[in-house]
Amino acid sequence: MAKEVCLSIPSTPGMELAATAQAEALGEAMRLSRDKIDEVKFALVEACINAFEHAGQSAGQVDLRFRVSHRPGGAEMLEVTVADRGKGFDPERVEPPELERKLRGGGNKRGWGLKFIQSLMDEVEIRSTENGTTIVMRKYK
Amino acid sequence: MNESCRVETVRDGDLAVVRTEGYINREGGEEIERCVQLLLEGGVSRIVLNLEKTKIVNSIGISILIEVLEKMMERKGALAFCRLTPTIDKTFRIMGLAQYAGIHSTEEEARSALSATA
Repeated sequence: MAKEVCLSIPSTPGMELAATAQAEALGEAMRLSRDKIDEVKFALVEACINAFEHAGQSAGQVDLRFRVSHRPGGAEMLEVTVADRGKGFDPERVEPPELERKLRGGGNKRGWGLKFIQSLMDEVEIRSTENGTTIVMRKYK
Repeated sequence: MNESCRVETVRDGDLAVVRTEGYINREGGEEIERCVQLLLEGGVSRIVLNLEKTKIVNSIGISILIEVLEKMMERKGALAFCRLTPTIDKTFRIMGLAQYAGIHSTEEEARSALSATA
């Protein structure tokens, strides 16, 4: 049977740590390795920061769902869903960050969040409309 | 909920070790940047960033670390990281940071590598 926890956090810097505490507790309960728990926490921080920035202060809350279940075939997994009610974005139009260009070209050093999320999690789905963005991230045991 | 970042610096000639403790977010990154700026103004050109007591960073803090690295490169200095958690290590390598700054297991190893660049 799947185990599920839902949480709603204010769109305020620092609140991402409340989300990571929940991920850590569930990861430990399902005996996910320490490295995998840390990878989930890192990706979750990035998803929350993206949500805070897209949602803005006016959009208020970011909704989180943590779900421990089994993928088809048996392996246990931790699925984390982060949803905001912001203006959305087109993931296809996000330019992949390049350190060389950021170091030599001056200017904006940001833009790493999605790359980190996609690199650290086993599966990532992004659904974004003008009414908000939902990121679903999965880590297998 | 907050976990502020504390920064300690130890200087040895033109080499300095910057040890962090806590979450490297925007505030943590800015504190590191401020300390590095003071060291650079004081004549330091090689810096080891020891993240042993930092278990979590975010991409905003990392973007400020890139600014620190850019500043070091502009001054022909050198930056090395050490004692990273496996996840932070993995993240830095995903970024390609190892091409521009050393990533070492221990502070001694990082200091030796930077001393060799003098």
